[in-house]
Amino acid sequence: MSHAHPLIALLKRDLTLAFRTGGAGLSLAFFLLVIVLLPFAAGTDPALMRRIGPGVIWIAVLLAVLLTLERLFQADLEAGVLDLLVAAPAAFELLVLAKALAHWLAIGVPLTVLAIVAGLMLGLSLDAALALAFTLFVGTPGLSCTGAIAGALTAGVRRGSLLLTLLVLPLYAPFVIFGAGAATLAANPTPPETPLPAILLLGACSLAAALTALLLLPSAVKSQVD
Amino acid sequence: MLTLANPAKFMALSARLLPWLLGLTVVAFAAGLPLALVFSPPDYQQSEAVRILYIHVPAAILAPLVYAGMAAAAFSHLVWRAPLADIAAEALAPMGAVLTAIALATGMLWGKPMWGAFWVWDARLTSVLVLFFIYLGVIALRQSIEDQAKAARASEILTLVGVIDLPIIHFSVYWWNTLHQRSSLFRAGGPSIYGSMLWPLFIMILAYTALVATALLLRMRTMIIRRRIKSSAGREGSRAVVREADAHA
Repeated sequence: MSHAHPLIALLKRDLTLAFRTGGAGLSLAFFLLVIVLLPFAAGTDPALMRRIGPGVIWIAVLLAVLLTLERLFQADLEAGVLDLLVAAPAAFELLVLAKALAHWLAIGVPLTVLAIVAGLMLGLSLDAALALAFTLFVGTPGLSCTGAIAGALTAGVRRGSLLLTLLVLPLYAPFVIFGAGAATLAANPTPPETPLPAILLLGACSLAAALTALLLLPSAVKSQVD
Repeated sequence: MLTLANPAKFMALSARLLPWLLGLTVVAFAAGLPLALVFSPPDYQQSEAVRILYIHVPAAILAPLVYAGMAAAAFSHLVWRAPLADIAAEALAPMGAVLTAIALATGMLWGKPMWGAFWVWDARLTSVLVLFFIYLGVIALRQSIEDQAKAARASEILTLVGVIDLPIIHFSVYWWNTLHQRSSLFRAGGPSIYGSMLWPLFIMILAYTALVATALLLRMRTMIIRRRIKSSAGREGSRAVVREADAHA
């Protein structure tokens, strides 16, 4: 039996669930609402928006991703789907990574695209908004991988969303530092500094997160099943 | 090392070691504290405030080291199912958290007179703060899962995820322009601290380490006894509980 079949099936199922039950849509709406609140909170001075806008957009992305992590594995654990996955004919490691990939495709990518709109709303130039979206594109896979591990570890805990937040935010710190740093530098250019070093470090963080997920996500999910 | 995996042998060995470790801790603090706080020279720039160094530096050295030990125990239990490793990992977590808190608090108290600020967001301070939150997360995760075996596995996996912070803490002062100073002890060319300050510092580091070792052995012994009581109370009821209590009184 070809191994691609169960993987594609799992991907399709997760993506369909995310878009049909509104998980993806709700996180987008939450993100936009947070962005809308920023000018109310800090005033509309364009120079100020250029300085703090990219950072706040990054934080809003983080919060929107956090909201979706709790149900990533908890719903499947409660429905008994994880037991089926353990017994599935495909490699369990690839199946759990497919869940992390589905999370990125359903949550991370739409947020990245919407961030361009959010950046323009806050008065960033198109170049700065595109640079911000690029940093999100590089960083959100790492957010999905790290978040998946934390979501798997807290899947069995009742009302575990607060605990999940405590676990995952320290691990998200490097992503915010480098990603928001690169985006802010792109919005407020100070030559000869370029955002490139920060973006490279952000990519390294995402790769490290993916590697960690490769190694530890299967154990984390399996530990919830027996 | 393999004999330590046997709980009975561990209890015997730790019973023999504990009085010596406790004695070493007391002696080291008794020698180190007066030397550090009273008899060592004031710094030519920082005058008396430099004495925070003798409280701050040992805690700051041990905090990531304790995490490394915790991660090694977590790895041993997760991969090789070493019998006492999960107890060691569980015991080390609160100790490391307290050490990190001491390092952060004394660092802030030292920063105000030295740098003019209680806190700066430089790489070393930020990564140690992240370590503190990782410690809290490991403790919280273990406490929130009821099944003990599942709780141990989950917190061990989380411990391994957090290991990435350790090299970041260590190399942060070299990778970035930070306010926090670089290594003065473990450098090519030897320590850059003068002898009259170096020796009290070494004694305090020894004292902190002996304290952590003593506390660790004591806590592990208590946890082993508690597990035995729990398992025997479940099977035989209160008579077993009384027998255990008498045996270890």
